[in-house]
Amino acid sequence: MSVPLLSAKGLTVRHGQLTALHGIDLDLAPGEVFAVVGANGAGKSTLLRTLAGLHPPGGRIRLEDVDITGLSPHERVRRGLVMVPEGRRLFRSLSVAENILLGTVCGRRGGWDLDRVLELFPWMRDRRRERVDHLSGGEQQQVAIGRALVANPRVLLLDEISLGLAPVVVRQIYRTLPTLLEGDTSILLVEQDVRQALRAASRFQCLLEGRTTLAGRPGDHTAEEVEAAYFGFAGTATA
Amino acid sequence: MIWVNAVIQGLLLGGLFALFACGLSLLFGVLGIINLAHGDLAVLGAYVAVALLPSVHTNVLWALLFVPPLFAVFGYVSQRTVMGRSMRSGPLTTLLVTFGLSVVIQNALLEGFSADSHSFTLGALTTRSLHPASDISLSWLRMGILVVAVLVLVVVQLFLSRTGIGRQIRALADDDEAAAITGVNTRHVAAIAAAVAFATVALAGLAFGTYAQFSPTSGSNLLIFAFEAVIIGGLGSLWGTLAGGCVLGLAQTIGAQIDPTFGVLAGHLVFLAVLAVRPNGLMPATVEA
Ligand SMILES: Nc1ncnc2c1ncn2[C@@H]1O[C@H](COP(=O)(O)OP(=O)(O)OP(=O)(O)O)[C@@H](O)[C@H]1O
Ligand SMILES: [Mg+2]
Repeated sequence: MSVPLLSAKGLTVRHGQLTALHGIDLDLAPGEVFAVVGANGAGKSTLLRTLAGLHPPGGRIRLEDVDITGLSPHERVRRGLVMVPEGRRLFRSLSVAENILLGTVCGRRGGWDLDRVLELFPWMRDRRRERVDHLSGGEQQQVAIGRALVANPRVLLLDEISLGLAPVVVRQIYRTLPTLLEGDTSILLVEQDVRQALRAASRFQCLLEGRTTLAGRPGDHTAEEVEAAYFGFAGTATA
Repeated sequence: MIWVNAVIQGLLLGGLFALFACGLSLLFGVLGIINLAHGDLAVLGAYVAVALLPSVHTNVLWALLFVPPLFAVFGYVSQRTVMGRSMRSGPLTTLLVTFGLSVVIQNALLEGFSADSHSFTLGALTTRSLHPASDISLSWLRMGILVVAVLVLVVVQLFLSRTGIGRQIRALADDDEAAAITGVNTRHVAAIAAAVAFATVALAGLAFGTYAQFSPTSGSNLLIFAFEAVIIGGLGSLWGTLAGGCVLGLAQTIGAQIDPTFGVLAGHLVFLAVLAVRPNGLMPATVEA
């Protein structure tokens, strides 16, 4: 692989007594979609939140050739590392447009701005002044995505953007992924739905209890191998 | 006519209470800080004016120019240091830190200025008033303070709703983690909110000094009045805070009209009544865009 855009080495994160990540390594190439899969509690969100700067880790995180391990979340946004968090986390007292504009506070300049997000999700145009708590779950997810896009990310971290959404809405959101990828944006996505994730991704990594149990290209592994890595059946040692 | 006058005085007093409550409401709403030193900060603001004005009992208007900005810096710095650091170890620590600050301010003022009380006079302005009818007196000074209070609330409200930093402050109040990953420099923005809160409380302290005598221990009562105004009005809404201040002011002056010793107690009773009937206050609302 060429020089990775984002790379993590030996990430270890503790939540009190519990070690949520045990020395995770991860490399993300420019322009690729990379999936992290795993069961509930495997450590996927912890991994993304750590990359975004919300948990201080053991190990190192580099963005291109800069060590960003000690940077605060907004400094990572400034360098192009932006997350759509699990559960959307919109700002309730801000309108749709204000939520999106907040992404520009520290974001990079580039092709994405409020107008372009309104083009991508046309329903927002008439509802941009509304409070976000009146929106449906899928609409809120689109606002969360728009808020991340206007920061013009180089790496976009997507944590279960399909959670709680109708399959047709999920398909619609996944259909927008190629649009996001213009201009070398890399996507690191976490999904509960392994099949969905592996369809979208060119490479993946499977976590189990904070350890990597399988990594590679979706086509290189059988469904059984992936399942074994996902649930931790005996197969992993022999694979 | 005496009753009409009591109502008018109550509304005027309400402006002062609202000015006090503004900073308390802001700090709690945005940072979740219950600032037990709020009243003492107001008194400290008044004493800074006492110390810095060359001839104390002349004109406090000059103090308006430098005390609030000084307090804004003080607020910013203390949020970036002591308060911010204490917030990371939990709300109880922050409560204790503000309590400690309160004690320190009171004792330092006692040490530096003795327990004597002070007040500001504004020459003729202190005593001059309109008398539209017998028994009714409209003090120019008190009307001025009400106008300032309303202006401050309007400006703070506009700041929160219309400016980029205001938007970041509201985002921080909603969800600090989400704000951080969206690109908000949370420590800086929190400190700006504290700066605004401290500036308004200093202004309130100066206004209070023209209303009444103050001494190093006056802060405790002011804190209670500010709390009552915030809670009567409803948390998170600056218009509610103005309404809360006015209700409290009315209760106190009308109570005092019934019996001069009943004023403050009447305020507390109305506060309890509001809490019992509408625990969320009269005008509960989040800060709107
Ligand atoms: N803030 C926290 N404090 C304590 N424990 C935590 C915290 N966050 C996560 N954990 C624990 O760390 C482990 C990994 O959690 P994480 O949220 O990363 O899992 P996940 O793979 O995202 O799961 P899900 O698919 O359910 O979202 C879990 O056991 C969880 O209980
Ligand atoms: Mg998760």
